[in-house]
Amino acid sequence: MIRQDFSRVDPKRRPNIDPKRRQFADPGFKQQDYDHRLNFYVVPPTAEITLEEFEVWAIGRLKVLSELEGCSFRNRSQEETTTYMTSILEKHMPLHANSSRSGILQDERKKDHYSHFILRLAFSATEDLRRRFSRLETMLFRLRFKDDDLKERQQFVDSLGLEWERVEEEERRELGAELSAASGLKKVDEQGWFKVDWERVPELVEQRRVFLKRGKAYVPAREQLSLVVAEFTRRLDEALELTARALPRLDEDDRLAPILAHLSQSFTAPDAAYSSSDAVDGLSAPTAASIDTLSQHFPLCMQNLHQTLRANSHLKHYGRLQYSLFLKGIGLSLEECIVFWRRSFKLITDEKFAKEYKYNIRHVYGDVGGDANRRGRGYTPYSCQKILTEALPGPGQSHGCPYRTFSTDILVSLLQKTGVNEREVLGQVREDVKKQRYHIACNRVFEWAHKREIKKVKDDGSWGAAELDTILHPNTYFKRGWLLKHLGEGNVGVVGDGEKMEE
Amino acid sequence: MPHSVSPEASPVDDTQLSQTSAQPLESAVKEEPPTSPAEDVPMSDAPSLAEPAKTKVNLEDLFDDEDSDGEFSSSVPQVKAEKSPEQEPIKIKASSGFADPEVMRAFYQRLFPFRYLFQWLNHSPSPTNDFMHREFAFTLQNDAYLRYQSFPTSDLLRKQAVQMIPSRFEIGPVYSTNPRERKSLRKASAFRPVSKELVFDIDMTDYDDIRTCCTGASICLSCWTFMTMAIKVVDVALREDFGFKHILWVYSGRRGAHAWVCDKRAREMDDQRRRAVASYLELVKGGAQGGKKVNPKRPLHPHLDRSLNILRSHFQTSILLEQDPWAGSRSAHLLDLLPDQTLRAALAKKWDSAPSRPSSSKWADIDALASSGAMSSLNPTTLREAKQDIVLEYTYPRLDAEVSKKLNHLLKSPFCVHPGTGRVCVPIDTRKVEEFDPLGVPTVTQLLGEIDDWDRENGGEEAGDGSQKKVPDWEKTSMKPYVEFFRLFVAGLLKEERGGVKREREEGDPMEF
Repeated sequence: MIRQDFSRVDPKRRPNIDPKRRQFADPGFKQQDYDHRLNFYVVPPTAEITLEEFEVWAIGRLKVLSELEGCSFRNRSQEETTTYMTSILEKHMPLHANSSRSGILQDERKKDHYSHFILRLAFSATEDLRRRFSRLETMLFRLRFKDDDLKERQQFVDSLGLEWERVEEEERRELGAELSAASGLKKVDEQGWFKVDWERVPELVEQRRVFLKRGKAYVPAREQLSLVVAEFTRRLDEALELTARALPRLDEDDRLAPILAHLSQSFTAPDAAYSSSDAVDGLSAPTAASIDTLSQHFPLCMQNLHQTLRANSHLKHYGRLQYSLFLKGIGLSLEECIVFWRRSFKLITDEKFAKEYKYNIRHVYGDVGGDANRRGRGYTPYSCQKILTEALPGPGQSHGCPYRTFSTDILVSLLQKTGVNEREVLGQVREDVKKQRYHIACNRVFEWAHKREIKKVKDDGSWGAAELDTILHPNTYFKRGWLLKHLGEGNVGVVGDGEKMEE
Repeated sequence: MPHSVSPEASPVDDTQLSQTSAQPLESAVKEEPPTSPAEDVPMSDAPSLAEPAKTKVNLEDLFDDEDSDGEFSSSVPQVKAEKSPEQEPIKIKASSGFADPEVMRAFYQRLFPFRYLFQWLNHSPSPTNDFMHREFAFTLQNDAYLRYQSFPTSDLLRKQAVQMIPSRFEIGPVYSTNPRERKSLRKASAFRPVSKELVFDIDMTDYDDIRTCCTGASICLSCWTFMTMAIKVVDVALREDFGFKHILWVYSGRRGAHAWVCDKRAREMDDQRRRAVASYLELVKGGAQGGKKVNPKRPLHPHLDRSLNILRSHFQTSILLEQDPWAGSRSAHLLDLLPDQTLRAALAKKWDSAPSRPSSSKWADIDALASSGAMSSLNPTTLREAKQDIVLEYTYPRLDAEVSKKLNHLLKSPFCVHPGTGRVCVPIDTRKVEEFDPLGVPTVTQLLGEIDDWDRENGGEEAGDGSQKKVPDWEKTSMKPYVEFFRLFVAGLLKEERGGVKREREEGDPMEF
């Protein structure tokens, strides 16, 4: 037998010889060098930081992320978001370009790097948190990527080592017309083009912004953003999944766990803005028969559904879903809701109704369906955010937010039908809609319709600012509208608790 | 029991036995009896006599198939169209409708091409997870809906279909574990859809605001043209742009069409990618209140440009002449879509004075008036683009995009019988899409009649010569071309899949045994 020499080396002296052991060797605690302003967050931090830094950095990043989320909820456009976020980023998480020659470049980047990983720990526990975190981090990355210095951005992208096939000169000339038509670029030759599997740029394909040929997408260098961002999201999602699996092993550390738990809790989801207390207290349980009367207090999206339902004695699936949830939200019981739909679908036989529609209504209320659905008592009523971001209605469908889905002229005539007749308001609504600030338009209409009552509660101080904040949920619209119209009937005081859920 | 197989089915001889692998037997034995229909499904029409007959059918299936074509290994449990040795005529009375359980039973027993369906979904000759973990959902005669059915072999799928006689069944995704065992899993997240064909659904109801000939569920040849146009446009986009090769178009039985994109690449797409493809193809947007429904970016994307070229010729004939969409007062919508105020006013005046003017003349009027010189304010490019948009609004495919966007969406299986019309959901050959006639698609009753006719004509000869090859029942009917087409489609798909496997194996680690 041949004696293997290296086995005689003192074990303690060869931790670096065996590659399998190498990963268990002590990390070489050292400062990382950050060459680029942007970071794909591939390598986890290894140096030591104080507990205080740990917490402060994380909170700073959290602030940035929640502001960013706020922007998307408020439907701010790209430019508005950028301007709004500039000051916030400067305050909590400044990050300068190499060219700024700032002395604290490395510190800034280190803070960015570490805080990202701390939040990654805090937000990897549940699927929901992971999805939100990844969405917001992607937004942040996109924001930074866009305002990065062109040259440095290129260096950063090159450093990623993404595999993109260049389109050769000859092919580019051959496809010139198609490339220019698809990308909207006049001069095809001026920039580089890449050829990638279309699956890597679903965003661009979805918006029909690239030329496709036999499964390959021809991406202009300008659209790099979408490629890089997609790659960022993909890697982050994968990493989050891994973090989630590693999380249980972190339990032994009783210094970090409370901080992390605290962080993830303070990141509450405004998505779940609806709570059962949003049902109006002063309103005795509504019935199927009272919906017609109540519908005058409904926001435009629901009024539209109600009118469509009355006109056609039918609503398509998504319309029914949106409307049933809203009705559930105002406190209509399951039995009454079924009665309401049964009566509304005049042209349909009992049998067909029971067969094709009833189950869906019961499902919405959590009366049937999987365990999770029943335990959660069905779905939550849709918020404006949800309604504004879902797919546009197709032919014959009428769900969604009318401010978004209607053409302006038809929207205005619908508003006039519901009693909004002041030219100034209508003009402002047109303006809002053009800027895609749909829900500002909706709030504007609300304020106009209730201006007398709002003035009154403001004057006598019975409603605080929080109770008159921007409306972000159709059920809040209804509730606030109903309460305002029934002032002095002894239920003004109860506004508070429901409203708090909004924030 | 005229059309179940008689108990004295062909005796099993030894040679056949030895050739049959043990696999189907085992799986058949292990398989717990599929949720007995007696428990949850009232089968008032199924006489108890059917029970022994059924078991017999299965036994026979396990051992048949000597004469299957050589392309696929004989060790695979294969379902052949039913052999009923005595060629018993199916006594379908003229009065018996297509919803009659006995008619449906005979259909599943004798005509439904389970074997090709299996090969299509399985992507390999021997059963793989692609088939075994695939969800099927049965809609029973009483409209009960059974989800999460799955089958180890095509025999068992066939057996359950014959037993329960669903009015139709749907095909869902392949799951990470067997759908029947989903409740026994410790973690719910271990049960998730993994792959499914990319599917498209085009339904004529979405065209209701532009078709004038029929509404709702009814169709005629002139509105089927919408479907022809849609198939052409979507098919070419999927092939040319996305590079998919194996696209199966299926008539949905009444007024629509489905597409199944079966390429491996398409099957493995996640929801985001599916959404991307659907949105790429989607153009007509906005509900009844939306006003102008087509607002593409300019210059037109190559896909839209190509589609426009395909659709333009149809627009002249099928839309303007046949549909006549702007007859009488309906021209108001056309006016809404035009860009210039003065042009609109002039046209409105002209058309009001001639209410019977046909759409084709109205369409020509637009250019005539615009070029007459009176419209100095009108930009010719704007008008041309508006006209392009109109052509697209009236011809571009209207997909039910939600169906395509989700990996776990179920879609009715090809070759099912549409419960409303009795027509079989046959594949559509895209090379001859213009010739496809939805009203000429055979109904289930017609097909069963054809078997009888064939048997009467050829009955004598066959009985005389026992060695002659048995003719599967579908070959005796007008379903033959459709099944043949499907067979070739599946063979093409299998060939590519198999090629892939072989290459993988060759490239595999040589040290791994």
